[in-house]
Amino acid sequence: MRDTFVRTLTELADKNPAVEVVTGDLGFGVLKPFWEAHPDQLINAGIAEQNLTSVAAGMALEGKTVFTYSIGNFPTLRCLEQIRNDCAYHDANVKIICVGGGFVYGSLGMSHHATEDIAVMRSLPNVTVLCPGDLVEAEAVTRAIVDYPGTCYVRLGRGGEKRIHESLPNYEIGKAIPVSKGEKIAIFSTGAIFEEIEEATEILKNSGINPTIYTFPTVKPLDTQVIKEIAATHEIIVTCEEHNLAGGFGSAVAEVLAELPCHARLLRIGMNDKYCTLVGDQKYLRHQYGMSGKKIAERILTEVK
Amino acid sequence: MTSEQLAWKIRRHGVEMTHLSGGSHIGAIMSVADVIGVLYAEILNFDVENPKAENRDRFILSKGHAGAAIYAALAESGFFDTDELKTHYQNGSRLSGHVSHHVPGVDFSTGSLGHGLSAAAGMALAAKQDGKAHKNYVILGDGECNEGSVWEAALFAVHFGLDNLVCIVDHNKMQSLDFCDKTLSTTPLAGIWQSFGWNVIEIDGNDHNQCRKAFQNIQANGKPTVIIANTIKGKGISYMENDILWHYRFPHEGWEYDIAVTELHKSKPEGVEDPYTPHGIKNPASPPDDADVYADHTMSATYKPTWFGKEQQL
Repeated sequence: MRDTFVRTLTELADKNPAVEVVTGDLGFGVLKPFWEAHPDQLINAGIAEQNLTSVAAGMALEGKTVFTYSIGNFPTLRCLEQIRNDCAYHDANVKIICVGGGFVYGSLGMSHHATEDIAVMRSLPNVTVLCPGDLVEAEAVTRAIVDYPGTCYVRLGRGGEKRIHESLPNYEIGKAIPVSKGEKIAIFSTGAIFEEIEEATEILKNSGINPTIYTFPTVKPLDTQVIKEIAATHEIIVTCEEHNLAGGFGSAVAEVLAELPCHARLLRIGMNDKYCTLVGDQKYLRHQYGMSGKKIAERILTEVK
Repeated sequence: MTSEQLAWKIRRHGVEMTHLSGGSHIGAIMSVADVIGVLYAEILNFDVENPKAENRDRFILSKGHAGAAIYAALAESGFFDTDELKTHYQNGSRLSGHVSHHVPGVDFSTGSLGHGLSAAAGMALAAKQDGKAHKNYVILGDGECNEGSVWEAALFAVHFGLDNLVCIVDHNKMQSLDFCDKTLSTTPLAGIWQSFGWNVIEIDGNDHNQCRKAFQNIQANGKPTVIIANTIKGKGISYMENDILWHYRFPHEGWEYDIAVTELHKSKPEGVEDPYTPHGIKNPASPPDDADVYADHTMSATYKPTWFGKEQQL
């Protein structure tokens, strides 16, 4: 996903000299194609995320479209006030790129996990929050944000995610994307965790359950129309995110549902207000914390019994 | 308007604005008034008809708590009516206590310390990349230099050769609760900046000739420049000078306001009008015998931790 992002951005930077990447000394072997193609459009600001983010705001106010680049929670939590005061409040054209949403850097430990970023970023006014689920979504999101005004946060997986969509010719920020149409149960997924949904769906189908499935590459602004439609036509909505449940994607969906007079029941899948204390890779940690395909399917089956 | 006249106006507006609003930071407004007076009267290139003019010099007051000084300078320069200054802090006003970019002439909102140098560095970098000739000015507080992000930015500006960036540190030696050296010392301030690789100019920041000369002598030698402006917190009003009380306290009705205005009138340059008390104050009130004036209000006057070595002094 990160390679797709870099490839797409390198191509976009060909046509748009205002595109600028500011990295926090990260992107070894990843950003190289970009800096070789566009040496005047990349700055390594060193290991200093606070400065990096305000520098990006200053550059954006001078007309640049600035992509800040780092991993895990470094480009968000480490410099949250700079995002709030300098980027979002000024409507600065800064696109914050996080490589490694959720447990991508699994074995590196909690310091490198991004598990509160969606909640924190979506609480900031003027910040658009995007979590692409596959390479096709990642490319579409990258193309869309270059022309989208203001501050955006993009949470990427690392790579090797399964393809969900053949193509997304009409991709639009703020729209959920239907993947399959079923009945009774609907699964809403954001970000790279979608690959677990595929696995879960296989198990559910063997038990005679045929869920409706949507991906939400945009968490903010949220596609409330799809949520309302599904809430009226299905019995259970399952949200799935590789993120803490407090304030995340499931919470955003809950906010919409809670204001409806009657609606489908909500089942949120994600980290249950915990830090990860186990050691293991992304797949392992997802399973341990209830977000693997198997665990998601089990959870849903328990609910429908 | 001369820089001396503008600086006086900034001080007079500052007293009135904090007096009317009960607003804080008069001490900082007073210390930085001369630097801002020189900048807006003589140095900065701006266009009041077109506040976003591309060739304007950029200016950020990173110590945003002295916002009243910038609002006064902008109003006196013609960006908006000076009458609006009286709305500072009031419901429905544009003039928040800390600097807001929703005010014409303001390039960047500040208030949380340690942001402005980075933002100015970003602006300076973009100007370099795009071959633009304007300069980028930013004023920091000396207390603000406690913030780690200032030093991230200091490294960055040198590394990328931002010689179109001019940082002024309003070195009034005091911060919120105490003297800087009694809080988190950054002495020797000039030496620290020098060690980071900056051109350093150290001046008396309340002396207009020295300010003028410093701004005129900035070299484009591949390094950013910092002007360490040694100033006096509360400069111009005797009972405020070097008293930490006036970081937060505002000049109250009575002797505080009367003496502030009266002392300013004694130093009023020729050709400048006081819009509030044109003829000064007749029969100004005097402080009562028990007035809390010329006292030590610093934290360290009463903060005596027992674990700290007796030979050492906080």
